[in-house]
Amino acid sequence: MTDSQTFLAAFLLIFQWGGDLWEIIGLSLRVSFTSVAISTLLGLPLGALLAVERFRGHHAITIIVNTMMSLPPVVVGLFVYILLSRSGPLGVFGLLFTPTAMVIAQTFLITPIVVALSRQHLQQEWDRVGEQLCSFNISRIQAMPTLFWETRAALATVVLAGFGRAIAEIGAVMIVGGNIDHLTRVMTTAIALETSKGNLELAMALGVVLLILALLVNAGVHWLTHWSARRGAG
Amino acid sequence: MSSAYPKFKQVNFSINGTPLLKDLNLSLARGSLTVVLGPNGSGKSLFLRLCHGLLKPSDGEVLWGDSAQRPPQTMVFQKPVMLRRSAMDNIMYALRNYPKPKRVECARQALKWAGLEDIAGRMATVLSGGQQQRLAIARAWALQPEILFLDEPTASLDPGACDYVEEHVKAMHESGIQILMSTHNLAQARRLAQQIIFIQDGRVMAQQPVEEFFTQPACVEAYEFIRREFVIDESAAQRLHKEP
Repeated sequence: MTDSQTFLAAFLLIFQWGGDLWEIIGLSLRVSFTSVAISTLLGLPLGALLAVERFRGHHAITIIVNTMMSLPPVVVGLFVYILLSRSGPLGVFGLLFTPTAMVIAQTFLITPIVVALSRQHLQQEWDRVGEQLCSFNISRIQAMPTLFWETRAALATVVLAGFGRAIAEIGAVMIVGGNIDHLTRVMTTAIALETSKGNLELAMALGVVLLILALLVNAGVHWLTHWSARRGAG
Repeated sequence: MSSAYPKFKQVNFSINGTPLLKDLNLSLARGSLTVVLGPNGSGKSLFLRLCHGLLKPSDGEVLWGDSAQRPPQTMVFQKPVMLRRSAMDNIMYALRNYPKPKRVECARQALKWAGLEDIAGRMATVLSGGQQQRLAIARAWALQPEILFLDEPTASLDPGACDYVEEHVKAMHESGIQILMSTHNLAQARRLAQQIIFIQDGRVMAQQPVEEFFTQPACVEAYEFIRREFVIDESAAQRLHKEP
């Protein structure tokens, strides 16, 4: 089969595919959305704290968080595997090879991204408005909701960037999820499996769906950036 | 109760061991309009920020009356700081502790006072520099502070906008608000101030009533600073240069 025939067959498969495809896409989205939601809830307050407060070890923590943005997914996968394996500290919960394990691994990967990028945006905003807010007798902690609101467009792009990383990730979810059919198989692990089996049409079809999702995420980021620029928001 | 408002007692301010403001021992009269003058980098903005409590002294203390508790006060900065919301919402944000109906009423009054009713619904961050500074002053007025700090509020404004700011600063002072303002504009200082504080190299070199400062400056540094724009009594200049 030529490359173009493979590509055509892949497109046909997308439209012909039944429940299995939607199950894989659904699980991919569920795992990614959940981990992004948890990372956002943890990461934004931490980013804000690093942006507005100065304390002993602030620089060291900032450098560590920035470094963790480029954590290798397989290392995170291995770390979470050890944590959740039967003999590990959280082994009693029996979470290994479940979607929950995949969410935990992705949360470890995405949270540093949310913390580091949000800190940058929030610190810029704090430098701009901090003195004025203090002049209104607002404490640094009280100022955080205002900072979130003022930088809402930029923070939305941070969250979308986290989602982009989560949905395209394979190393960590393969290790802690195990790519089990109907249980922990997501788009990236399914692509790896089908490619290794020589089932290129299927792998390509999944790849196209993944690309469309990535395209939608990027279009969202682009639209938000333009919308905020037009409104004078940051 | 002491009439010194505020009173600096042996205040020093340094960053990473570098002294930026030194041996500040002075007091301002309650309700006065004081202008802080000095060359670039002399410490005028730091002085205002120390007074306002945005910075904490490295040594010494700033007293308000007989206590360290700051009275209601706010600050207008050289570059107006606007939140990304409408002009009206910017004022309402500063009044966040008021009940909503009062907040709306006060914000409307402030916009009217500043002649900005027609831009109430416009995004504050896209207004011109002059309009943003007018809005910043209206926001400060809405808070009805006991003391208002203005850090070079006309530095980047055209003459019309400068006149506007001066008129409104005067109006606020006449309504009982104490003003402490820094500027590079000597003519403006002479028009507005009751008293001048002259700072150079982080030290208060002179604190004098305005006319006395411009005719009989207390130190040679102040004389050198103002002589380019103002003709000063020759004998005063000779006296200053003879003094060690």
